[in-house]
Amino acid sequence: MAAKTLFEKIWDAHVVRTEPDGTTLLYVDRQLVHEVTSPQAFESLKLAGRKPRRPGATLAVPDHNVPTTDRKLGIADPISAKQIQTLEENCRDFGITIFGMNDSRQGIVHVIGPEQGFTLPGMTIVCGDSHTSTHGAFGALAFGIGTSEVEHVLATQCLIQNRPRTMEIRVEGKLSERCSAKDVILAIIGKIGTAGGTGYVIEYTGSVIRALTMEGRMTLCNMSIEGGARAGMVAPDDKTASYIKGRPMAPAGHLWEQAVKAWQALPTDSGAKYDQTVELKAEQIAPQVTWGTSPGMVTGVDGKVPDPKAMPDEKSKQSTERALEYMGLTPNTPITQITIDKVFIGSCTNSRIEDLRLAASFVKGKTVAKSVHAMVVPGSGLVKQQAEQEGLDKIFKDAGFEWREAGCSMCLAMNADVLLPGERCASTSNRNFEGRQGAGGRTHLVSPIMAVAAAVEGHFVDIRNWK
Amino acid sequence: MQSFTTHTGLVAPLDRVNVDTDQIIPKQFLKTIKRTGLSEGLFYDWRRKKDGSQDPEFFLNQPRYKNATILLTRDNFGCGSSREHAPWALLDQGFRCVIAPSFADIFYNNCFQNGILPIVLKADDVQALFKGAAKEGYQLTVDLAAQTVAASGGATYRFDIDPFRKDCLYKGLDAIGLSLQHASAIAAYEKQRISDAPWLFTDLTAR
Repeated sequence: MAAKTLFEKIWDAHVVRTEPDGTTLLYVDRQLVHEVTSPQAFESLKLAGRKPRRPGATLAVPDHNVPTTDRKLGIADPISAKQIQTLEENCRDFGITIFGMNDSRQGIVHVIGPEQGFTLPGMTIVCGDSHTSTHGAFGALAFGIGTSEVEHVLATQCLIQNRPRTMEIRVEGKLSERCSAKDVILAIIGKIGTAGGTGYVIEYTGSVIRALTMEGRMTLCNMSIEGGARAGMVAPDDKTASYIKGRPMAPAGHLWEQAVKAWQALPTDSGAKYDQTVELKAEQIAPQVTWGTSPGMVTGVDGKVPDPKAMPDEKSKQSTERALEYMGLTPNTPITQITIDKVFIGSCTNSRIEDLRLAASFVKGKTVAKSVHAMVVPGSGLVKQQAEQEGLDKIFKDAGFEWREAGCSMCLAMNADVLLPGERCASTSNRNFEGRQGAGGRTHLVSPIMAVAAAVEGHFVDIRNWK
Repeated sequence: MQSFTTHTGLVAPLDRVNVDTDQIIPKQFLKTIKRTGLSEGLFYDWRRKKDGSQDPEFFLNQPRYKNATILLTRDNFGCGSSREHAPWALLDQGFRCVIAPSFADIFYNNCFQNGILPIVLKADDVQALFKGAAKEGYQLTVDLAAQTVAASGGATYRFDIDPFRKDCLYKGLDAIGLSLQHASAIAAYEKQRISDAPWLFTDLTAR
């Protein structure tokens, strides 16, 4: 048998039929649904008199619009409230399982999938959300789709797809102390650019990736889309199986044994070919900070804000100038001299228990700078519970952080958590686009411990030699 | 879905790279449960000055582009969020075609679901079209069957498109209807798969 990559094995196992031009009807094992990208899909389904083919293969949760303050008070914004109510009605009408806003299991869709054991290796998983790539951390083929495709999957449990190309991103060596998966993925995007992965599915390989925890792998795969790739994947191993075992929706008993055996056959065969390979050395990755309005506009914390005059061509010069104007930054300013107003620890990139544990360990005994407003938004109700059992909430609150309810929150500011015009934020989220965290707001993407240090000092610091 | 055969229309140039879907339509417009009326949010922040007033410099605020139906732009258009609200907003504004040297995958795909034709042309060709679009009233004719973009009295550019996508867009086919024609193949796939990988079929039951 020909040697195959992880991607090829999963793709081939999900082909229902192929058109002469290669267009494939691909079977979808699981779909996740949230309130923002689904109402129009359900509406069309109703209008066409169609029913979901496998309602039990879909899990829904409201996350984008939910308030992170006291939920007993309901949702102040009537339009947000209506969208969440619509999701609940649609799930009821179509027999789809939903974790409602007041369910302790509610959380960010890409946090709860893995947390519940809904996400499994070898699966095809979709969601009307570009950060669906997160689930690739388990060795699944997971990618974001539009609303019309959400409807398509509901109606047919399939999608019409073109086979993407494969890109291996190999990270070898040993990461510097206090450098994390977030720094690795930001460095990767800095290298390949925000369109470098367009048309590809990325498989992350190498000693650094193998050494990452499942949470780290999720952070890594989460931002694949920021490099243009719809999906990023990591081959499943013992860590993957240990993470999944015993979770509420994970297979159990003889099905578990059978599944684990199948997962062992998933990793890329030796001799299998990728369409492209990119290599990075871990030793060259410093803690990363974005300075611009696209995730590829990134540098090490020991670097400086770039000078548009030094750009190789007119287009990069223009986009750099525009980004610096928006960000209110002067060329050649050392990154560590950039002062901040807000800190956001959360999002589907960095809001899992391990992120919070690590961040808390750096906060202990310290105080948020007077000039800074800082908040922690756990990724799910269960992450929040776990953190509270471990006393992490107390550590954060004692230091001056706000401790909130679970949701997407200030990653995209669809709820009340918003940056004001001109405010500068150190954020553990995934996008630093203009206005992403609020119109006129300025976002710097960093790892959780970089965010914590910035909160305490009021400006970015090199976490490698902090305290 | 509206079919796309040939289209002649006014060109509006947006000379920026990496235009993300957060710029095409910001978050506050994603709270809707409808697909219509989204042109109000199209490039909402870019249309305005810092004080909130309309920026007369922004291309869509200029009377000459009021009736534009072809958007001309640069690399990696539509990157970022998967929100289909982006093509919905473009369509609601009247755009039927977007021309760029490259597109982000999800946006590209979402266009086809909505009767919008995204056309990839070589960067040099796009540059030539930008030069042409400097002239007021610059129009292009797009012929999907022939896979060409033609400037009146000017050059003709050929573009590539997957045959399947082309056919669906040309005929305005309902993609779900097409897949449902293969219901028996889907059922056969499921039957085999349940036996090979039964743990994938432990479905949730809604309470």
